[in-house]
Amino acid sequence: MNSTAVRSVGTPSTRLFGLLAIVCMTWVVVGGLFFTPADLNQGESVRIMYVHVPTAWVAYLAFIVTGVASAMFMFGKKHSLGFDRVAGASAEVGLMFMAITLISGSLWGRLTWGTFWEWDPRLTTTAFLFVTYLGYMAVRGLGGSPQQRARRSAVVAMLAVLEIPLVHFSVVMWRSLHQRASVLSTDGDIKMDGLMLTTLFVGVIGFTCTFAWLVSHRQRVMAMRDILLATQLDSALDERIAEGSQS
Amino acid sequence: MDALSTSIIDLRDVVAVYNGYPALAGASLSVEKGEIVLLQGPNGAGKSTLLRLCAGLLPVERGTAFVLGCNVQNERERIRSRVGLLGHNNGLYADLSIADNISFWASMVGALQSEIDAAMSRMGIDGSLASRSVGNLSAGQKRRCALACLIVRRAELWLLDEPHAGLDAKGRDEIDAILREASQLGATIVVASHEVERAQHLATRNVAVVAGRVQERS
Amino acid sequence: MSTSPNIARVARVVAAKDLRIEMRSHIVVQQVLPFAGLVMVMFAFALDNDDVLQRVAGGLVWLATLFSLFIVVQRSYAIETSDGALDALRVAGVDSQGIFLGKSAALFVQLITLEMLLFVLAVVLYQVQLSLAGLVLLVTCVLCATAGLAFVGTLYGGLTAGARGRETLLPLLLLPVVAPASSSERNPRNGIGIFKWRSSACGWLAMGRSAGSFCRALRHWRPAFLWRPHRGMIRQS
Repeated sequence: MNSTAVRSVGTPSTRLFGLLAIVCMTWVVVGGLFFTPADLNQGESVRIMYVHVPTAWVAYLAFIVTGVASAMFMFGKKHSLGFDRVAGASAEVGLMFMAITLISGSLWGRLTWGTFWEWDPRLTTTAFLFVTYLGYMAVRGLGGSPQQRARRSAVVAMLAVLEIPLVHFSVVMWRSLHQRASVLSTDGDIKMDGLMLTTLFVGVIGFTCTFAWLVSHRQRVMAMRDILLATQLDSALDERIAEGSQS
Repeated sequence: MDALSTSIIDLRDVVAVYNGYPALAGASLSVEKGEIVLLQGPNGAGKSTLLRLCAGLLPVERGTAFVLGCNVQNERERIRSRVGLLGHNNGLYADLSIADNISFWASMVGALQSEIDAAMSRMGIDGSLASRSVGNLSAGQKRRCALACLIVRRAELWLLDEPHAGLDAKGRDEIDAILREASQLGATIVVASHEVERAQHLATRNVAVVAGRVQERS
Repeated sequence: MSTSPNIARVARVVAAKDLRIEMRSHIVVQQVLPFAGLVMVMFAFALDNDDVLQRVAGGLVWLATLFSLFIVVQRSYAIETSDGALDALRVAGVDSQGIFLGKSAALFVQLITLEMLLFVLAVVLYQVQLSLAGLVLLVTCVLCATAGLAFVGTLYGGLTAGARGRETLLPLLLLPVVAPASSSERNPRNGIGIFKWRSSACGWLAMGRSAGSFCRALRHWRPAFLWRPHRGMIRQS
């Protein structure tokens, strides 16, 4: 192993993502709190949207990345563990964003509907999606060799990603309290103030850059952990051989 | 595959890991066709792991391993259909009868009824015993049933972990006879056993497994 | 040299084996069905309202089925891992797709049997009214949903077989995937009493079809990896 200690997992690309994330988040915070107008019906509570909506989109993105990376691991010729690490890192970060989505949504619901929770199709299916990926993380923690962990997790991820369309279209398929898509509406007409829409998009970019930054660092840490395990194996091998010499 | 190697088993400095622990720490073993090889060693030496690796159940962490001409690392599926492993467990279904268990395995490989009958007769588990549920059998009877399943599967390589466990003296002699007969018919047999004296009468070669490595013995 | 059997033969043999074991042990009839019946009785105690019970009867039947699914799936794999039979199947090079399909088929038969009996129990306990108008939808939903449950249950059961904490991990993995099946809705306009899924049915059919299609589409995927060695399988000699 390289004798030079690794002090950071940052690289120019991750630093760029980080910088973009900081700039966009600053815009969202300042713009979202001070410059964008209040909603006609929701009043000031609409400002939660600048966190809730981007985190939901990014959570979907994270879980899709997990599914795609898992498929690339399973069906790729080399079954590269790099894909598995990306899948795992993306799912962890996606879970975090999904939790923020649920919490911010609850706060929004309290202000808008008068309740923190409703057994609404969108909320319920989102909660199921969250639990599904908790299960995915539990499967990753089952132990075994990295290849075994990767194969088991990949199967769960490829199945779990099928829930995302169900969550997204739940507001269309069932009667729901949750509003339908405002930006991606089928009639193509986005009924939103220009500054609000801009802040929302900047929020999406900012959270996406945050996601990319977090996933990059997390999967590099995972790679370092795998290298550490290999190093520990060398020590364990030496001990085992010494055990044989003594007997 | 190494073009020069025609061995049934060809392990070179194999490391196999189980939950981070190197159960095999650079094991090298070569077994030729038709041999009966005895693996001896203390508990925790790695005998079971070596057998399971040869059966294609464990990945190779380091080193090279070829079994029946196939690379254990990436051709395990091809190995498995040609290998029979009898481990500490018998691989039987307790709720099914002896006949049902053997028929199940026979169906997997397309064995004929005559082969099933011959295997059961050879192991002394035919007649009224055949319809008894496996869960009601003694340890020795279960072992015979497991060996009968191995026979109908027509494996080229037999990997046996303590095959004499739970058998009386007569049963052990019969097992030895079965193994010699299988060897004469072309099967290669690797036996892990604590019964050094008994196994020495059976084996063509003895090897010791110590701390995950193999040492040849005379 | 031993021959590798084809997938269909393996599936047939494995399904027959599982069903033969069930016929000998009667676990579904003697243990799982009483458990599911007890669950339905407990629901009645907890809800304590006949009108509510009638409205949600369909969902309660599915819930009882889902809880029973955990038991049946764990039992299905316990018989494989108790004496190392699953290991023996792997060593024998038996096609893992065949094993998967065989176990799914056997699980499907057991679940359908259970659901039919629970259906009768629901009519008796919850006094629901049936209508022929929804029969085709009911049968289609039940068959599709049960097929989906069987596929997903077999898949996740194999994943968790032999794993530590499998008793809790299996429900954690299964429930979010199969949850839409527990939704039921009453349509007062045409007087259908139970199993009125309407839009819920469409959602569940979509899930069931996608799960089934997904599994069928993975023709080249070998689920052998599902059956990982666990701590008890290796005893050093």
